Amino acid sequence: MLDSILFYFFAGIAVISAALMVTRRNAIHSAVFLITTLLATAGIFLQLRAEFLFIAQIILYVGGIMVLFIFVIMLVRLDVALHHIRFRMKNLVVTIVIAVLGAEAGAIIYYARKLPGQGLFIQNMAPAENLAPNSEKLAQSLFSNYLLPFEIASVLLLVAMVGSVVMAKNKKGTEDS
Amino acid sequence: MMSPAHYLFLSLALFLIGCVGVVTRRNVIVVLMSIELILNAVNINLVLFSRIFGDAAGQVFALFIIADAAAEAAVGLGIIIAFFRNRETVLADEMDLLKW
Repeated sequence: MLDSILFYFFAGIAVISAALMVTRRNAIHSAVFLITTLLATAGIFLQLRAEFLFIAQIILYVGGIMVLFIFVIMLVRLDVALHHIRFRMKNLVVTIVIAVLGAEAGAIIYYARKLPGQGLFIQNMAPAENLAPNSEKLAQSLFSNYLLPFEIASVLLLVAMVGSVVMAKNKKGTEDS
Repeated sequence: MMSPAHYLFLSLALFLIGCVGVVTRRNVIVVLMSIELILNAVNINLVLFSRIFGDAAGQVFALFIIADAAAEAAVGLGIIIAFFRNRETVLADEMDLLKW
């Protein structure tokens, strides 16, 4: 009972603020609603017993990536752009993409309701008592089976850091000063 | 205990909202934020299946996706800053240098 109350609470917050994020005109409002969505998703992660990802989501996404987004929104002069922000619904491609995605979602829901049992051929969750402590299990898996992808991800982050510094550097400013 | 289908439909809804944001918004920063939302919806799926099978591999993949999202946000925002310095705009339909 408590489980479903928590799920509907977090899922409702996530979906509603995601919809608000897509529809707000002001980019700062969009960023704040995206932060709300990410926090609600962190709650979903905690309900799925992924404690490490819960913390990583809050620290990395909300504390790191979204701060970067808000910094760039404030750096880029958006009051120039705000006058003529509107939705591009007139475009034919946009309408086709949205129609196809909506039809796909509708087909999934329709066929899932017709299947017997739970639908979607998904087995039930493993009992919670069998789960090992989450962070330890994650660390063991990360540093044994997935050690090479871990190193590649660290190299990727280094490359991204160097690349963003190079691209955002003001070349004219350094020549003048 | 919630059934796994609930989480799948939550993930589907977030994914669709993110896709609609990517194709409808003109502000490139909001398009990048919608991509973050799509990656996040995929993370819900991975964590759910990791919970179903009692295996930590799904959470490892979700961790890699978070690292990827950080790298993508850094590079994307660097490109946006460099572009804004040249063209004084962040609107997607004014980026038409290659348009015929």
